[in-house]
Amino acid sequence: MQKELWKGNEAIAEAAIRAGCRAYFGYPITPQNEIPEYMSKHMPKAGGVFVQAESEIAAINMVYGASATGVRAMTSSSSPGISLKQEGISYLVGANLPAVIVNMMRGGPGLGTIQPGQADYFQATRSPGHGDGHMIVLAPSGIQEAADLIRDAFELADKYLTPVMLLADGMIGQMMEPIIWKETSPLPEVDKPWAADGRDGDGKTHFVSSLRLESDVNERFVLSLKDRYAKIARDEVRYKSIGCENADLVIAAFGTTARIAQSAARKLDEEGLKVGLFRPITLWPFPYDALAEIAARDSVKAVLTVEMNLGQMHEDVRLAICGSKPTPFYGRTGGMVPEPRHIADKVRDILREMEL
Amino acid sequence: MAADKHFFAPAGDKRLFIIVGAFGSGKTEFALNLALSLAGQGRPAALADLDLVNPYFRSREKSGMLEICGVKMIAPEGALRNADLPSIPPALPRLIYDKKTAGVVDVGGDRTGARVLAAYARDILKQDPSVWYVFNRSRYDNARNDAALTSLKQIEVSCGLRVNGIVHNTHLMGDTTAATVLWGFEAAKRLSELAGMPLVCHCARWDLIDELRTLSPLFPMTLYMNRPWEDG
Repeated sequence: MQKELWKGNEAIAEAAIRAGCRAYFGYPITPQNEIPEYMSKHMPKAGGVFVQAESEIAAINMVYGASATGVRAMTSSSSPGISLKQEGISYLVGANLPAVIVNMMRGGPGLGTIQPGQADYFQATRSPGHGDGHMIVLAPSGIQEAADLIRDAFELADKYLTPVMLLADGMIGQMMEPIIWKETSPLPEVDKPWAADGRDGDGKTHFVSSLRLESDVNERFVLSLKDRYAKIARDEVRYKSIGCENADLVIAAFGTTARIAQSAARKLDEEGLKVGLFRPITLWPFPYDALAEIAARDSVKAVLTVEMNLGQMHEDVRLAICGSKPTPFYGRTGGMVPEPRHIADKVRDILREMEL
Repeated sequence: MAADKHFFAPAGDKRLFIIVGAFGSGKTEFALNLALSLAGQGRPAALADLDLVNPYFRSREKSGMLEICGVKMIAPEGALRNADLPSIPPALPRLIYDKKTAGVVDVGGDRTGARVLAAYARDILKQDPSVWYVFNRSRYDNARNDAALTSLKQIEVSCGLRVNGIVHNTHLMGDTTAATVLWGFEAAKRLSELAGMPLVCHCARWDLIDELRTLSPLFPMTLYMNRPWEDG
């Protein structure tokens, strides 16, 4: 198979079309504009629908509408636009609707900058919008992985009837990398007997809604979500660990930051310091057990979290480790990207202090 | 190392180079290297970053290195350099008429990125410009020759300038090998025949040059637009 050079945003759009997405709704915002741009050109050729909505809120509610009819539907935005979509995501959760949402994060808060950020971790992983809901959150660290995960996102969304977010930063959207298109056929069609697609003719009305006026009925629904989330947490956790065997220190990082941390680890390796990398791919469900197991190893003196925020995944790392080892933090925020040498300096400082 | 005649050098009587092409074809790396080679010829050189469509990986990020190497950077200044606003620095029209300076204009991708040139097309045409289309077979919109030709024609219509040369820059970023460049060569040659314009040069990283002696003229390039985990 011939490698092709793709920009992250374009690869994500193409991967969605290849996976069988046939409805895209979006509104422009940097640094993800190439997704709607690509969709506008290529979705109609695939027999699908592209709509530039009048706002991010309209776009997420169009996703709700399309998904309610059984179509694979998607929207994308960047941080401020994703904030606007929160209500819609909660409604998707409340209505048991599959959908894929891409957040190509930029530096916040507010309008912030157009440079990359990872400060929407809490927003994505704690609870999308209001209510007791969750969504699966996938964090690619390269373009091949972003394209592969988009396909998986649609599959997971249909399997668990849940919104799935691809959470990446602007660097993933804007950079280019060679990739291979591994899967050539769309995902198999999934039977959606609940879909409001007007097909049954047997007199049964298909009604897709998140409104349950009786509290006991609503509680039963939320408890059914709880069961589903437990199953997702059991079966769908994904992570990569690199060089964690006999590591003196493990860096926990996701997305672009994991690539930068890996570069720092290589530098440190040349100095004889063994630094491992733990990279969660599912941010929700977070790989608590896998990280706990690695952190418990005798050689590991500390787990350093590195993020492009002020310490959000850091909370999950601390939950995983439960105080059994030191959990320092290093981050840049507001659109600034950490450099390998600064991460390496931080690791040296930590290990030096621990020797004292 | 191949003989000197195998290496590309911009002609001394040319002074305005407009670099267009599809998204991701490698215009910015080529423009940076071209501007540096003009400065290396001892000519006063300038690079204008006219990329209004990309928010990251723009030549303005390398202004410090360029100034040290004698290339004047023309780009939005101050906080605006980080904006995704379609702002054009006033030094751009000055560059078009500045006969003492060899200028390279790094234009945004596709017809969308090239549109901004239309406002200056009449002025640019008076300067006998080199308008070069950067071609990279590894990109989906350059993968087939008919699509590449369409992309080239769309850019011409959008910016109001005729392209007069093809720069062959087939690459796969860090995965590029000599075989990648050779694979792109045949398609670049066909595109140049279809479009009826010459192949200006074949670009490749310095470390691949020895394996590419069959191609001429070669333009060895240093890659500057690193990602944050790469050593810059």
